[in-house]
Amino acid sequence: MKEIRFAFKQTVPILFTYLFIGIAYGILMQQAGYSPIWSFLSALFIFAGSMQIVMIPLMQTGTSLMTLAVTTFFINARHLFYGIAFIENFRKMGWKYPYMVLTLTDETYSVLCSVKYKDGLDKEKATFFIALFNHCYWIAGCTLGSIAGQLLSWDMTGIEFSATAFFTVVVINHWKMNLARTPIFVGAGSSILLYILLGADQFLTPALLISLIALILLKDRVTMKTEGTLHVN
Amino acid sequence: MSTSTIYLIAAIALVALVTWGLRAFPFLVFKNRELPPLVKYLGYVLPPAIMVILVLHSIRNARFGEYPYGLTEILSILLVILVHLKKENIYVSVMAGTICYMLLIRTIF
Repeated sequence: MKEIRFAFKQTVPILFTYLFIGIAYGILMQQAGYSPIWSFLSALFIFAGSMQIVMIPLMQTGTSLMTLAVTTFFINARHLFYGIAFIENFRKMGWKYPYMVLTLTDETYSVLCSVKYKDGLDKEKATFFIALFNHCYWIAGCTLGSIAGQLLSWDMTGIEFSATAFFTVVVINHWKMNLARTPIFVGAGSSILLYILLGADQFLTPALLISLIALILLKDRVTMKTEGTLHVN
Repeated sequence: MSTSTIYLIAAIALVALVTWGLRAFPFLVFKNRELPPLVKYLGYVLPPAIMVILVLHSIRNARFGEYPYGLTEILSILLVILVHLKKENIYVSVMAGTICYMLLIRTIF
């Protein structure tokens, strides 16, 4: 089916990122003494890389569920901002709607932000397969790493940069559409400022929040040309 | 089931539920309503802002204050930009940047 081929092509950069980070996560789970079933279930249901890695030592020390919930909220708070661009597109998708909403990770978000659907393609199907493939790569990576991670002897350190490279490509694609430049400056400015003020581990959510506020304040100055589509459709 | 098994199930379920809640939040707020113009506007302008924030977040552990001053990341990102502007091919750009990064951390830096 051409939607499947299309979705696979769009997600190849994520395949490398997710397999590698997933395997790294699986190895950590194995070293912490957890059986592969837990890696599998976490990948299937949580599907949030940094949180899954953060929760390993928390589970080992039997941290209270309350603390775990609060930690999850702060680490994943960025997801509050992702859905806004896809509300109208996802809710047309029928039974696929909840799946699309619950699997909207950084990486799936980045693919959907930059994908250009070819003519004659069923957009909804293609969108769904993009999310599904990314999810499968992640589940495969986490489970594989948990089962056989330590058998993989070649040194792949640095392949996680493929995520950075892919995010950069998406930014360049946005840059080429003139109207999207103000948000890029707003995002860059707020993250650099908050990185300096709050440090590497704390700046993400505040930077998103400041960008949101700045973009609302700049609404009249940002020219709105709806023809220049910045997302699905 | 042992208590530790119950704890693990509860922990994974809870983290999943909080994550799902965060992902579903904007969809639940605007459930079946027509989107207000401000939200539509944000739907257009947030993605580029978020993506550039994600780029910077993904290199947050680079050492900017001491040798190599984040040069590994900066040079690899510059290569991605250059290759992408020239070739406009996602795979080539991502591969060039990643190979460059993997080589740099093994050789110069």
